[in-house]
This record gives sequence, structure tokens and C-alpha cells, in this order.
Amino acid sequence: MTAIPVRDHEPAALRLRRMSGQVGWGVLAWVVGIAFFLPVLWMVITAFKPESAAQTWPPKFVFSPTLAQFRLVFSGWGPFVTHSLIATTVSTVLVLLLGVPGAYALSVHPVPHWRDGLFFFISTKMLPIVAAIGPLYVIALKTHLLDSIWVLIILYTAMNLPLAIWLIRSFMLEVPKEMLEAAELDGAGRIREIGEVILPVISPGLVSTALICVIFAWNELFLALNLTVTNAATMPMFLISSVPQEGLYLAHLSAAATVASVPVILVGWIAQRSLVRGLSMGAIK
Amino acid sequence: MANVKYVSATRVYAKDAPPAVDALDLDIKDGEFMVLVGPSGSGKTTALRMLAGLEPLDGGRVEIGEKDVTFVPPKDRDIAMVFQNYALYPSKTVAENMGFALKMQGVPKEERARRVREAARLLDLDDTMLDRKPKALSGGQRQRVAMGRAIVREPRVFLMDEPLSNLDAKLRVQTRSQIAELQRRLGITTVYVTHDQVEAMTMGNRVAVLAGGHLQQCDTPRQLYDNPVNQFVAGFIGSPAMNLQTVPLTEGGARLAGTVIPLPTAVRTAASQAGLREIVLGIRPEHLHLANGSGPVTGEVMLVEELGADALLHVRLAEDHNLVVARTEGRKPPAPGQQVTFNVQPDDVFAFHPETGARLAG
Repeated sequence: MTAIPVRDHEPAALRLRRMSGQVGWGVLAWVVGIAFFLPVLWMVITAFKPESAAQTWPPKFVFSPTLAQFRLVFSGWGPFVTHSLIATTVSTVLVLLLGVPGAYALSVHPVPHWRDGLFFFISTKMLPIVAAIGPLYVIALKTHLLDSIWVLIILYTAMNLPLAIWLIRSFMLEVPKEMLEAAELDGAGRIREIGEVILPVISPGLVSTALICVIFAWNELFLALNLTVTNAATMPMFLISSVPQEGLYLAHLSAAATVASVPVILVGWIAQRSLVRGLSMGAIK
Repeated sequence: MANVKYVSATRVYAKDAPPAVDALDLDIKDGEFMVLVGPSGSGKTTALRMLAGLEPLDGGRVEIGEKDVTFVPPKDRDIAMVFQNYALYPSKTVAENMGFALKMQGVPKEERARRVREAARLLDLDDTMLDRKPKALSGGQRQRVAMGRAIVREPRVFLMDEPLSNLDAKLRVQTRSQIAELQRRLGITTVYVTHDQVEAMTMGNRVAVLAGGHLQQCDTPRQLYDNPVNQFVAGFIGSPAMNLQTVPLTEGGARLAGTVIPLPTAVRTAASQAGLREIVLGIRPEHLHLANGSGPVTGEVMLVEELGADALLHVRLAEDHNLVVARTEGRKPPAPGQQVTFNVQPDDVFAFHPETGARLAG
């Protein structure tokens, strides 16, 4: 640290302006962050309150915390969380299994009319799901899939597949062309090309795609509410069932919502590095 | 080991566009180091990719070892390619990268490891490097891994697409000689694409100069330099480039900078047969010999580039006011602003057709 003298007497006015600018942005970021976080915090705090304390206004911040609501939640959540886990995991695995070859056929070696295919996939997301629920109900009824976990697996797969194909395709387009040609010259067939060359390169992207599918499937309520009753009811339905016809329920609902959010937050937190890497894959060259 | 043959090989990218490679005929001998050189858009890389099977042919055929491979998929052509950006598999180690093709061929593990080690030794890649990922290697090391991946296969033909262009200048010169030496040792037919004419001249047994999808000339570096068939080759080969000037013809020669440069009878005959009034005159920088005020070609020094052993003079000629470059001995070059004169030997002068660019009676 001898070569270049550090400029240690930055004009005071300039420094003040620079510092105040930084502080201003910092404060704004914190305000926005807290504004987003506040309802979550309120939910978590309420979950630890006794039911009577949860109803007061203005909210009390001094109370004797209790785990009673959580005990209640854990006594009843068993089937719901099992259904959610099955529907989410199986549908996400199916989405990846179908999405990878689908995206491959639309990017690396595009099939004829690949544009139409791509548009068709995304167009399925344009229809409001409410419009389709009638036919879906009838189909589920006739195929005896009503209130079965399979109806959710199939629909969650169908729901997430278009988005997954779009995402995975954009990751595949980032794979250098020369690398694929090298694999072709090296004698790798289609399966090896995907498995040994493309997938390792796009794995951060796959992780983030899977994560998004998990979040969407885990939080899905509308289809579950309309097509299942008890045999396949998922966590969001558990939340609804936490609301009784009469009596106090805010603390109980908060505890149930907290429990329902934990898996998604946990998965997101664990995968955040690869999520950021995956979603910004195309951005950084 | 195999020879390679292009027979009227043609590639058209878009319907109405001119062909990227137009009826290329090229005969590459067994064990030869053939360099395809040309400016960007000349079709050199396309020609290489046609040989690799990465680019289909729209006409003609490609042969490897007397066998027509036009419709043979790349993996069955028994070739190995080194890409410009190396195209290494980032998730595989160096050893896995080098052995991937063998794995695809079903070569047993021990045999694979042995051949990878052998190739690594050949390229001075030490054993500790074999377990690393490409990310952990320097540019030069990656380049050698890419070479290794090709060597391990022991193919009949090496294809190299500007493999040195991502290296810094010093490493490029070093690697250039290593590749040329390695190729001679292995004796494997090699087709090498570059836009750098110095690379082409120093590495190739023969050099094929391409421009606009057409083969201009294919010959030894010496022949290309001494006997270019047209203006393009003359201007492309050699650094600094040949001085090319359109000049009027006169009795017995061509008029340059107020003086008459005598031309051989054959050139004069050819020019008059073609009904030409002017020709393009070509003089290499080293053929403008500085004469102490007594030479016929006069001009003013505008700029001096000192290269150490030589100096390059940028000279504005008298009368024509055209700029030419002259190579002189580097110790005491004239200063900018100074008037100089040059001698030119009639035998050192090239003459080209001003429209077609063809050499006149070379």
C-alpha cells in the first residue's frame, strides 16, 4: 500500500452528499423490506398468542406466549401435509421429466413449427383457471379421479409444465453451441448429450425451475378446493379448515399458516444461491 | 491416416444469398498440414464444418480416405475437432473431457486412462491437472486440453478452427510452433482454419487462400508469397501487405511517381491483349530499396514505424500522392518529412488486371 497515495481528503461537501445518498437508499430499502415482512411477522407473533389475546385491537405485543395453537395444528395436519408433499414432489418430478425433453426439442434441435409449440404451451396459461374448472370437474368425476391425489398430481404437472418448458428452454439456449457440436463429434447420442453435457451445465437453472414448481404446487388452492374433499386435501385446504364456523380462530389460523409457509421458505432459503444463479443465467455472459 | 478431398463442395445458407462455399475443390494429402486462410466471411470455417459434418453440403462431396463421407454423421467420420473457444465440458474433469469420446466408443476404462495419460504427457499437462475442472485452468492449459481431447482419439483427420485466437500474443507464437511440431510427429492429416496469414504461413505445409466462398489459390507458403495468382492473394499474404497501386501503362512499362517502372515483355503483351490502359502494380515493401537520392521513385516520409531489426517507412509518393510502405534496415531510418528515393527491380514487380484482379502473365 505504498505505491499510490490514497486520497484521504475528499471534500467534505462531496462526501456528505455521497453518504446521504447512500443512507437515503438504505433507509428506503429497509422501509420497503419491513413493509413486506410486517404481515409475516404479525402472523408469526399471533401464532404464539392465546386465542383471546389475538383478537385485541390495537394488537398486544406483551403477552405470555403459548404453543397451544401449534399443538392443535400438529394434531390435525397429518393427512393434509402428506397429500401436499406427494402432490408437490411427484408433480415436480414429472414436470422435470417431461420439461427437459420438451425444452430440448424446442431449443437445441428445434422440431418443425417449434414456435407454434412454444406459443401453444404459454397460451394454456392465458385462460383463467376458473373457466376450466367445470370441464375439469366433469372429467375428474367420470374418470373416478375426484378427491384422489392423482387428479392433483396430473393438474399440477399440467399447470407447471408450460412455465418449466419456457424456463428450461431459455437455459438450454445458453449452452454454447460448440459444446454440443463437440459432443456430437465425440459420438454422444441424444440421451448422452442431454444427460452428460446439457444437464450438468443447466443444473442451477433446473434447481430454480423445480423450486418454482414446488412453490406453485404447494400453495395451490383453487383446484384442490374444487376437486378434493378429504382423500387428497392439501395444506392450503388445511388453512381453510382452521377457520371454524363460530368462535375465535385468528391465533389458530396464524399457527397453521406459519406451519404451511415453513417448508416453502426453507426450500427457498436453502436453494437461494442456485435460484439467483439460475434465474440470472441468461443475464450474465 | 487419410487424405481429404473436397469435390465441388458447395454450401448455401440462404436461398438468395451467394454460397458461403462455392464449388470448392481441394485435395489434401495424407499427413499434410493444410491451412485454410481468409478474411471473415471467406467460407473457411464453413468449409471446415462441412468436413466435420456439422454443416450439410448443398452440392458436391467430401471424401476422407477415398471414401465419400458427405452423408456420414460426424461421429462416424473418425475426425477430431479443436474449437476456437475449446468447448470443454465444464462439469467434467480434464481427464473426463479428454476421454469422453473414447467412453462413447466403449473403450475400457484402463485403456482410456492410459491413452489420456499418454496424450497429457505429449502436451506437458501434468497428472495433477487431470483431476481438475476446466474452470481451474489457465487459457493456455485449456487450449492444451482441447488439443488433448483431439489427440486421445487418434483420429484420421484433425480439424482445428482458429484454436489460438483466444491466447495472448506471446503464448500464441509459442503454441503455434508446438502444434506444428506435434502434427509433424503424429503425422495426422490436419486441416487448420485461421484468419491470421502469419499463422497460415508458419504452420502449413500448404495454404489454401479463400475469399468470398471461392478458393483463390492453394500452394506452399513460399509459392503463395512469390507467385500469387491474383491481387487478393498478393494483398492478403505478407505483412505488411504488398503495395498495390492502379497506374497508367506507358511505352515499355507503367508510370509510378513520375517515373516509368519497366515491365517484362510478357506482362506488356498480356496487358495490350486485354486492351488495358492501366494495371494494378504490386510491389512488396522489402522490394522498395532505399537509394541515397539516386533512385527513380521519389517521395516524402510521413511516418516511421521502428520494429527493431527493421523499420517501416510510410511514404507519400511524388506526383501520385499515394501512400506506400517500404521496409528498410532499422538502424538509421530516414526521419518523417525527409525526401527519399527508391530503386525497384523490374523482376520484383507484380502486375494485375484492374478489374478481374488476375495476375498478368506471371
